Amino acid sequence: MDPERKKVVERVAVSTFPDEVLERVLVQLKSHKDRSSVSLVCHSWYDAERFSRTHVFIANCYSVTPEIVSRRFPNIRSVSLKGKPRFSDFNLVPPNWGANIRSWLVMFAAKYPFLEELRLKRMTVTDESLEFLALSFPNFKALSLFSCDGFSTDGLAAIATHCKNLAELDIQENDLNDKSGSWLSCFPENFSSLEVLNFANLSNDVNFEALERLVSRCKSLKVLKVNRNITLEQLPRLLIRAPLLTELGTGSFLQEHPACQYSELENAFNKCMNLNTLSGLSEVTALSLPALYPACANLTFMNLSCAALQSGEFAKLLVHCPCLRRLWVLDTVEDKGLEAVGSNCPLLEELRVFPTDPFDEDTFHGVTESGFIAVSYGCRRLSYVLYFCRQMTNAAVATIVQNCPDFTHFRLCIMNPWQPDYQTNEPMDEAFCAVVKSCTKLQRLAVSGLLTDLTFEYIGKYAKNLETLSVAFAGSSDWGMQCVLGGCPKLRKLEIRDCPFGNAALLSGLDKYESMRSLWMSDCKVTMNGCRVLAKEMPRLNVEVIKVDGSNESQADKVYVYRSVAGPRRDAPPFVLTL
Amino acid sequence: MSIPLEHNYIGLTETSSMERGSDKLSSSSSSTLSTEDERSSTLNLKETELRLGLPGSESPGRKPGLGVSLFGKDLEDKNNGYSPNSLKNLVSGAKRGFSDAIDGSSGKWVLSMSNGSEVDLGKGAVLFSPRSGNGGKPLVGLEGKNNTQQSCLSAKPTMKEASSVPQSSKPVQEKKPQVPAGNEHGSAPAAKAQVVGWPPIRSFRKNTMASNLAKNNEEGEGKTGSRCLYVKVSMDGAPYLRKVDLKTYKNYMELSSALEKMFSCFTIGQCGSHGLRGRDGLNERCLRDLLHGSEYVLTYEDKDGDWMLVGDVPWEMFTDSCKRLRIMKGSDAIGLAPRAMEKCKSRD
Repeated sequence: MDPERKKVVERVAVSTFPDEVLERVLVQLKSHKDRSSVSLVCHSWYDAERFSRTHVFIANCYSVTPEIVSRRFPNIRSVSLKGKPRFSDFNLVPPNWGANIRSWLVMFAAKYPFLEELRLKRMTVTDESLEFLALSFPNFKALSLFSCDGFSTDGLAAIATHCKNLAELDIQENDLNDKSGSWLSCFPENFSSLEVLNFANLSNDVNFEALERLVSRCKSLKVLKVNRNITLEQLPRLLIRAPLLTELGTGSFLQEHPACQYSELENAFNKCMNLNTLSGLSEVTALSLPALYPACANLTFMNLSCAALQSGEFAKLLVHCPCLRRLWVLDTVEDKGLEAVGSNCPLLEELRVFPTDPFDEDTFHGVTESGFIAVSYGCRRLSYVLYFCRQMTNAAVATIVQNCPDFTHFRLCIMNPWQPDYQTNEPMDEAFCAVVKSCTKLQRLAVSGLLTDLTFEYIGKYAKNLETLSVAFAGSSDWGMQCVLGGCPKLRKLEIRDCPFGNAALLSGLDKYESMRSLWMSDCKVTMNGCRVLAKEMPRLNVEVIKVDGSNESQADKVYVYRSVAGPRRDAPPFVLTL
Repeated sequence: MSIPLEHNYIGLTETSSMERGSDKLSSSSSSTLSTEDERSSTLNLKETELRLGLPGSESPGRKPGLGVSLFGKDLEDKNNGYSPNSLKNLVSGAKRGFSDAIDGSSGKWVLSMSNGSEVDLGKGAVLFSPRSGNGGKPLVGLEGKNNTQQSCLSAKPTMKEASSVPQSSKPVQEKKPQVPAGNEHGSAPAAKAQVVGWPPIRSFRKNTMASNLAKNNEEGEGKTGSRCLYVKVSMDGAPYLRKVDLKTYKNYMELSSALEKMFSCFTIGQCGSHGLRGRDGLNERCLRDLLHGSEYVLTYEDKDGDWMLVGDVPWEMFTDSCKRLRIMKGSDAIGLAPRAMEKCKSRD
């Protein structure tokens, strides 16, 4: 664009729309996707956007450096960061891989002294970092750690001790060193700002009286999720002190002395008028469950994935939960339980069925295709499913997606790899064909079972909105992966393990990877040479190979490819080779 | 006297359709052998004959069921690589005493049974309940793996963390992600060799579940007396096990009726095979008669590992010491004592 024209445009822009106004308007924009779009309109919009942005979401901590972020966004109050590739949750990434929060914290302390919120997923966080965090940000309000590692309860103690304005402490599913529950007692006696407390996955006892006092003081407490050491006798004492609770995660739901405390429990739940989310319920039995019924009327999310319920008691519970939109269960409820879901939860949008005993193959348990079908008939609004089972048929999946064409997330895990349709003995290709054809809004797909390249042909051809694809033990040749990379215009994340895809497949995506967040391929047929070619052709991608001990020199065991403006990692451990 | 009974069990004579295993054996080896597994046909016959009358012979009654009920035709591709493995899985837990006695050859024998059994199935032999499809689970994975030999081009000769499945007979190296190791005594899942990170379940959930299972298997000790107490229940001839929580029953009657309901679908001859759950009243009645009659007895394995008849000791004592339950054919139970002696003999 020639300079003359540019000046005209800018002058016009300034006179009709002062930056301050624009910024005021843009502050209302919360979605980072919208903000990205706004920033691309023109320079003044880019500037207005960057000054008005208070929350930054960095989906891959290695895609950008702290310096770049702080230069662009000077007014950040809230940061969300994701680190390791998702398959690290399943032990596919060796320890000490990286994604350490430290360098980010140092930058934040320098550039964002008023930082209020930090939400981390799959990052490595040490106790020193937590203490640094606690001491560096006087306004710090919210800490959420999900699937992180590297810290212990000492770090939590530092947070509790020093963060005077803490409103949210959410410690979920982390690989932490749980030394003791004494961290909870570190909240000062005058501390009262907590609104969200989630320590459900910690295993050590906390001092109950300290917890009771804490809950008493924090009048705005809305979310309380305790760990399984909190007993059913203790629960009512917490509930009566937290009348504003909207999300509750109970501890153990095991009744030790049936008669006496049941009424107390019932009373406490009677008063929980505002609950919309319920979880916990470990060790629940049919005897203690009915105490919950009064509190279930407005529940929209019930997480029973730690509660080994049988179908009968589960069905009775569901009768009291007509408003459920999200439900997580264990497969102990079996198909019968899922039939009850279909009958009682017409508003259901999300269902996750977790396996109780994923490694025990000889005992029958769990759910089959019938349960899934039953849910699909009763819950037509279903849009998110995560389903672990041991058998499935193409016909069943076809029926399911015919009933529920609005799926945006379809994650089916047939737990035995390479398993065909158990009735026809054919591959499960047609199942996923049905999924991608019927569910035009599909954003996330996880496939399983015996699959040939045909599945991937279908995916490439029909899954126009697909953003995330997870593949394991599937495909017949490079062609499969090529189809996906050649189709799927909106693909952002592709994670593959144990598939027969090699260099030809890898290199067919050359043009695609820069528009994607990342690619993960482990235990496929990719070689070091293939990766080197990729790295050479696409210098703006980071092509990293994780070498596993004892593997063949030329094999690229685990390949992680991602776009980055930060250049190659400077903190890579020895087993990560950047090509 | 026990020998003729055992002959009956093995089914050289016409027996009720309840005798699942015996049915397979009885429809003479020739019919079983007329199926795919030609190569071991004569051998099977011999193996069969050898096994007649031996105490260990009834265990396989259960195992072939697994092969049969599920797959019918699917057994085509089954070859030695899989079945001994799965059967080892099944056999190892069946009778403690006999797992020592059963060797590879008997494993093979059982294999032949399972190959043959599909023919029996086709000929209207004892059917498992329509739910038997579900029961196919234990072998499903194996089937799947077997069948994908053609399509799976995974180059890696070994999975890093894969179990050592006896695959030497297979021409193509392939990954066997899941090996059903004998886990019938409720040992921790970690004891099985598995593929790393499969199924894709986060560690915290695995740990939660493991500790749940461990707690459930404890015998009422610990901080409360009212823990749930899950024990596995197997039934001879049924394709899969169930689990019951002993704490939910107050006496033997309740336990017995619960088990009847649970297993009624397996036992009756011509169950409808169209996806019904065998809740047909006729079937339940039959089972009840059977359980109360002499056809089936309920036995349990106690803390010491001995198999005892259920009902002899007070209920509380029973729940304290019961580790697992087994619904045995009456003929076996009568042989309990003599078999115990056989146990000792075979060990020597």
